[in-house]
Amino acid sequence: MRRLPLVPIALLLVVLIIPAFFAEWIAPHDPYISNLRARLQPPVGFGGTWQYPLGTDRLGRCMLSRILHGAKYALGISMVGIAIGAVLGTALGLISGYLRGWIDVVIMRLVDITFALPSILLALALASISGPSLGLVVLVVVFVIWGFFARQVRAETLSLRERDFVARARVAGASGPRIVIRYILPNLMNTIIVLATLQIGVVIILEATLSFLGIGIPRPAPAWGILVADGRQLIVSNWWISLFPGIAILLTVLSVNLIGDWLRDWLDPKLRQA
Amino acid sequence: MLTFLLKRTLYALISLLAITLIVFSLSHLSGNPLDALLPDDATPAQIEQVTRHLGLDRPITVQYLTFLQNAAMGDFGDSLKWKGQTAAEVVWERLPATLQLGGLALLISIVVALPLGVMAAVYKNTALDAVATVIALLGQSLPAFWLGLVLMWVFAVTLGWFPTSGYGGLSHMILPAIAMAWFQVAALTRLTRSAMLEVLDAEYIKLARVKGVQERSVVWKHAFRNAAIVPVTYFGVLAGSLLTGSVVIETVFNWPGTGWLAITAIQGRDFPVVQTVVLFFAVLFLLANLIVDVLYALIDPRIRNT
Repeated sequence: MRRLPLVPIALLLVVLIIPAFFAEWIAPHDPYISNLRARLQPPVGFGGTWQYPLGTDRLGRCMLSRILHGAKYALGISMVGIAIGAVLGTALGLISGYLRGWIDVVIMRLVDITFALPSILLALALASISGPSLGLVVLVVVFVIWGFFARQVRAETLSLRERDFVARARVAGASGPRIVIRYILPNLMNTIIVLATLQIGVVIILEATLSFLGIGIPRPAPAWGILVADGRQLIVSNWWISLFPGIAILLTVLSVNLIGDWLRDWLDPKLRQA
Repeated sequence: MLTFLLKRTLYALISLLAITLIVFSLSHLSGNPLDALLPDDATPAQIEQVTRHLGLDRPITVQYLTFLQNAAMGDFGDSLKWKGQTAAEVVWERLPATLQLGGLALLISIVVALPLGVMAAVYKNTALDAVATVIALLGQSLPAFWLGLVLMWVFAVTLGWFPTSGYGGLSHMILPAIAMAWFQVAALTRLTRSAMLEVLDAEYIKLARVKGVQERSVVWKHAFRNAAIVPVTYFGVLAGSLLTGSVVIETVFNWPGTGWLAITAIQGRDFPVVQTVVLFFAVLFLLANLIVDVLYALIDPRIRNT
C-alpha cells in the first residue's frame, strides 16, 4: 500500500468538508447580509483590510464567508447525486450483466442514449420548465453518472458470472437474486467505491457549471458556480469575485482526484485503463 | 463487416428515436406554447385557430409522429423569439461560428495532446513526463467556465493581447478555443501516454531496437501507429464534449454560436429552437460515434465479431 495522500486530504478538509459542516461558526460574516458602505472591497494584499480577507462583492457581502458557506452545496449535491447514481447504475449493471439477453441490450442502449444527450442542454430544458432547483441538479447529476456505474458493473459481472464460485452457488441451488447480491456484488464493492470517488470531481464541476449558467442551485444560495457568475461582468475591474470561488472549486476537485487515483491504485488497479 | 455496419447504424437510429421521444416529451411538459404565441387578450376564436393550425387538438401519438416526420424533413416549426425565421434557419445561421470554434479547439487538442502523450511515454519519469502529468491532472480539475474567465482576465484585460469577448477573427477565437480544448488535451494526453507505454513494452518494439532501427522510427512508425487506436476511439467522446463545452464557453465569451443560441433561446422560451439544437447535437454525436466504431473495426478486425 502506498503512503496516504496527506496533502490532498488536508486540502479537502480545509476547503470542503470543514466549511460544509461548520461554516456557521468559522465564517467571519453572514454570507447574505450586505454592507453597502463596504462594496467591492479588494482582498488583503491588494488594498483591502483583514475585516474582509478575500474582499467583498457588488453588494458588500464578505467573499470569504460566501465561499465557506458555498462548500455545503458542493458536498451535499455530490454526495446525494453519487449515492443515487451509484445505486441505480449498479443495480441496472448487475441485471444487465447477469441476465444478458434482450434486457442487457435495452439497458446498454439506455446508457448510450444518456451519454448521447448533452447533459447541459437537458438541464437547460428542464430548468426552463420548472425553474432551477436542488432536485433538478440532483436529477441531472444522476442522469450523467449512472451510466458509468452501469457499464463498469456490467462488464465485471459478465466475467464474474462465469467463475467457478458462482457456478457452485448455482449448483447448490441459490436463486438468481441471491447469487447476484451475496456472491457477485461483494466482489464489485472496490470498483464501485473507486468509481464513486473518481466521479466526485466530475459532479462538483457539473454542479458548478450548471449554477454558473443560472440553471443549477437557485439564488441567493452562495454556491461556488453562482459566485463565479456574480463576478463575470466585473472581471475587468474586480477580478477577485470570480477568482477565489474558482480556486475553491479547483482545489477541491484536484484533491478529490488525487485521493481517487490513490484509492484506485490501492483497491482496484485494473480500473487504470478505464 | 457489412453486418457490423448495419447493426451499428441500427443502434444509432434507435438511440436517436429515444432522444426524439425525450425531446418531444420535454417540449410538452414545458407549458402551453400558445401563451408565447398569442397576445394576452386573444379571442377564443383566435386560440382555436392557432390550436388547430399547430395540431395541438390531435391525439398525442399523432402529434409525436407528425413531429418525427417534420423533424426528418428538417422542419422544426417557426422560431418564437426570432420572428419570421424557422427554427432550423436560426440554428443553421449559428452553425458556422460553433464549427469554427469547435474546429480550432479540436485542432489544439490533437496538436498538443498527441505529441505530448507520446513524448511523456518515451521519456517516462523525466521532467517532461511530470509536466504532462500536471497538465492532465489540472485539465480534469479546472472548470472550463472559470478557466475561460481567468484567461480573459490575464490575457485580455491585464495584458491586452486579445479582445475580451465577442465574435470575430482568429484573435477572438484563441482564448475560448484554449478554454474549450484544455480538458480534452488532458484526457487525450493521458490516453496517448498509457497506450504508448503499453506498446513500447511489446516484443516487436524490442526486436526493432535490436535490429538497429533508428529510435525516431521506432517511436513514430512502429509504436505510435499501434498506440493510435486508443486515441481514435476517444474521438467520439471528444466530439460530444466539445459540443457540450460550446454551450459553456460560448456563453462566457459571448460567442454567437449554437451553444450560445441554446441558452438565449431557453431564456426566451423559444422551444422550437431549443429542440432543434438538442436534436442537432445528438445527431452529430451519434454520427461521430458511428464513424469511430467503423474506423475502429477497420483498424482492428477483432472488434467486428463482438
